[in-house]
Amino acid sequence: MMDDLRVLTGKHFMNGDEACAEGALAAGCTFFGGYPITPSTEIAEHLARRLPEVDSVFIQMEDELGSMAAILGASAAGARSMTATSGPGLSLMMENLGLAVMLEIPCVVVDVQRGSPSTGLPTMPGQSDVMQARWGSHGDYEIVAYSPWSAQEMFDLTILAFNIADRYRTPVLILGDEVVGHMIERVVIPPKEQIDHWGRKRPKEPDNGRYEPFKVEDADLVPPMVHAGEGYRVHFTGLTHDERGYPDMSAKTHHQLVTRLVNKIRNNADQIIRTEGYYLDDAQILVVAYGCTARSAQRAVREARQKGIQVGLLRLISLWPFPEALFQELAEKVDTIIVAEMNLGQMSREIQRVTGRPVRGVFHAGGEMIPPESILEAIREAAA
Amino acid sequence: MTAVKVADEHPLDAIIRADRMPHIWCPGCGIGIVMRCYAQAILDSQVPVDQHVVISGIGCSGRVAGYMNIDSYHTTHGRAIPFALGMKLAKPELMTTVFSGDGDLVAIGGNHLIHAARRNVDINVICVNNFNYGMTGGQVGPTTPQGARGTTAPYGNPELPFNLPYLLSASGANFVARWTTIHVRQIREDILYAFTRPGFTFIEVLAPCPVGFGKLNNIEDGLEEMELYRQRCVRVRDGDVRGDDLNIDLREDKPIYVGRFADRDRPPYEPVKVEVK
Ligand SMILES: Cc1ncc(C[n+]2csc(CCOP(=O)(O)OP(=O)(O)O)c2C)c(N)n1
Ligand code: SF4
Ligand SMILES: [Mg+2]
Repeated sequence: MMDDLRVLTGKHFMNGDEACAEGALAAGCTFFGGYPITPSTEIAEHLARRLPEVDSVFIQMEDELGSMAAILGASAAGARSMTATSGPGLSLMMENLGLAVMLEIPCVVVDVQRGSPSTGLPTMPGQSDVMQARWGSHGDYEIVAYSPWSAQEMFDLTILAFNIADRYRTPVLILGDEVVGHMIERVVIPPKEQIDHWGRKRPKEPDNGRYEPFKVEDADLVPPMVHAGEGYRVHFTGLTHDERGYPDMSAKTHHQLVTRLVNKIRNNADQIIRTEGYYLDDAQILVVAYGCTARSAQRAVREARQKGIQVGLLRLISLWPFPEALFQELAEKVDTIIVAEMNLGQMSREIQRVTGRPVRGVFHAGGEMIPPESILEAIREAAA
Repeated sequence: MTAVKVADEHPLDAIIRADRMPHIWCPGCGIGIVMRCYAQAILDSQVPVDQHVVISGIGCSGRVAGYMNIDSYHTTHGRAIPFALGMKLAKPELMTTVFSGDGDLVAIGGNHLIHAARRNVDINVICVNNFNYGMTGGQVGPTTPQGARGTTAPYGNPELPFNLPYLLSASGANFVARWTTIHVRQIREDILYAFTRPGFTFIEVLAPCPVGFGKLNNIEDGLEEMELYRQRCVRVRDGDVRGDDLNIDLREDKPIYVGRFADRDRPPYEPVKVEVK
């Protein structure tokens, strides 16, 4: 009965925020802690109603600092946990996002982006948190972020986010936007058996309390995860720590630890990255877009093709880690790179850095979708 | 100088990470006393040791998590309480205790403190109040008496401090007590008692920080501060938490009221459950 309530198999008509919440339920999320903020609030509201139905915890926290800390505590005790917010809340979560990286606690953080900075345009879309998602917490680290372009992907990528988080013991961000969050579309929820559940790598039996919880034995650099209350008597600290989890204030241990945490994502990037290409085979002009902007880009590229322009679209489904090898390969083949994004040039910087090529930007600070016409115009100019 | 003798065994070896000794605390620091009481209470409790978890924030008091040989989480400055809340709600069988300092719990973490008390979430908080930020070197904080000196208040603290029993009682905690580091028996007993009480419990322990607070406020060393506690402490029963008398000022010859200030049965926080037919 409860399983049936977790996975609402069938065809639905729902908005992206609700689809994200249903994705969390289908993924087995048992703890949500959040604080209301437009345009993500529907996720919290939906889960407030749905989580108690499946014997799971919904709690509205006093702020986003508390939300982020609470989902980490829950995950450290074994729960699949999630929070949802928008730009101002994401800023408040940054310190504990770094704690999640350092303690290797899996969790999912959904950011339904709005026009920013500051309070900005609360009810209108933006894509200007993508660099904050990458670098917003202090220190060197790698992060995982997915960028859905439809309500269906709000569902699908939320499930993937939980799986990647558990698999690599890392926080994973869903960088939606107001358009994708509020847009009502068809969402197909598959049967329960078709929903992937990778789970966490877990240790063997407790070993006289001498277990080393941060010792890595596998090539993927992911240590097995011990949960609270299992008898291992582990210590987790945000201080630089050795394999026992004990603080170790040496430059050597620090370098080893931070390097491993970074390589844990970099070395496994191929497993994490998701992209989608349209008309790329013979493309001389490459358009790059993600999230709701990719919808406009897709239409622009289709129209340009009808006019005989050799243009293709690369849609970034994951933003971080960045698909460096793919871009280096594409840069060899195309003459022009156009990046469309609802900010004043964020992913485009990364593309420039990796390809060593100038990019043409179709930028807008946010508040409304970039229309296909703007992208088409850039394509025409490039083709001329 | 006499050679330091290290004992082969300690009664708390089973529950303290002896391999992490020596600890970082200064001579005369009160934190170790409170940790010892906590450790003893765990051993004396009816709850299996492996079900106890300790969560700390950042500060000298926050280092306790690293020395306890139980599942222990040393988190970020001010966020131990919401971390503990998540952990407790995800796994209710855990006996979840937050052990941290006055600055961590009441300044940067103050919002979480009052809201956890309001919800009456079933966690225990042990707050070492040494009237200052010890770890960062003796700055004033929300518990520093007005006029007392700190490294960021060289002319004396211009601000009024919190009265923690009042704050926590008003916020809704089920159990609120205050002791000092001379009250080792009472601290241990009240921690044990807190383990048995549903809902939010808060134990404030006044503790010397000779390096951060004492030095700047004419308290010679840890022992002298302990002596002040001994001379001035007045035990209250059914204490009225509202009085200004509850404010502590070690520099004046004023009583320090200690004891239990709240012990009641507001329902503890329970996540919503619904039956679906
Ligand atoms: C976000 C953040 N701000 C500031 C600090 C620096 N800091 C470390 S400990 C501390 C104060 C701790 O005071 P308290 O909780 O009273 O602990 P004590 O050292 O007195 O036991 C501060 C401000 C920090 N670690 N993190
Ligand atoms: S600075 Fe103060 S609180 Fe910190 S260890 Fe030294 S005496 Fe204790
Ligand atoms: Mg202090």
